[in-house]
Amino acid sequence: MTTKKRVLAVASAGGHWQQLMLMRPGFAHHDVTYATTLDGLGAQFEASPAIRLPECNRHTPLRILACIMVTAAQLVRLRPHVIVTTGALPGVIALALGRAIGARTLWIDSVANAEELSSSGRMARRVAHRTLSQWKSTAEAEGVEYAGSVL
Amino acid sequence: MIFVTTGTQLPFPRLIAAMDALAPQLDERVVAQVGPDKTPRANIETHATLAPERFTEFFSAARVVVAHAGIGSVLSAKRLGRPLIVVPRRFEQGEHRNDHQMATAAEVEAISGIYVVWDPADLARVLTSGPLEAPTDLPSDTAQDLIASIRTFVDETL
Repeated sequence: MTTKKRVLAVASAGGHWQQLMLMRPGFAHHDVTYATTLDGLGAQFEASPAIRLPECNRHTPLRILACIMVTAAQLVRLRPHVIVTTGALPGVIALALGRAIGARTLWIDSVANAEELSSSGRMARRVAHRTLSQWKSTAEAEGVEYAGSVL
Repeated sequence: MIFVTTGTQLPFPRLIAAMDALAPQLDERVVAQVGPDKTPRANIETHATLAPERFTEFFSAARVVVAHAGIGSVLSAKRLGRPLIVVPRRFEQGEHRNDHQMATAAEVEAISGIYVVWDPADLARVLTSGPLEAPTDLPSDTAQDLIASIRTFVDETL
């Protein structure tokens, strides 16, 4: 018997989001808030409540700052026990800030990264409680875990 | 109708130009989500970024979808049950940060209903070769393993 927890599930729009949606049976029995970078995605996948985070990548410093501020405000409001993310950079931000407020954090690297961990995965590995690659060979080479793949 | 998508983040002019050149021979409407690529195209209908519901509409209505070898494209094809042709982006052509789409393409080539075209010159052959199979939406064994592992992590959090 497990008690319901507040889970924040984070993914950038596109492939990251689609992978997160396929992983929903892993956490949907909890009290989940979804966070993505495009309006309308949550509704389209019947993922609610959904919040929007600013899209950012390592080449957009101002948007990184915006994403940090929005994410921090949402974390203070939501107080998640667990954060699950498939990336990309907004996921790293959520993990790092979330860990600072005591959340348990899980990074699942995108299945697109067949040969090495993604650049955001390399950052996430340093802050996440648990880091998974969806490729056995990549997991072994990078010293992270493999537990399966959405493909 | 043929739907073409190169994702929303990076242009993929090699694929879009190939589809534009091919369109007059196809006698079929071609709609493309081209991302940040402003080059005008004479024979196909282009959109920079489609709203998610419009993207799904075009994807679901297409006879076949032609896409870059992005995981989003592969997962959409499985979810919506549409045949998918993928063309991997090449690092040496400046189309992506590395060659991970080559690895993705090699991996998804084994999935039924996903067709890998390594060179856009071969698109005509696949697009005109008759009916294409559609992929299925069944979760694989490895997907169930991954879900179980996530579930354990979340449930064991105090």
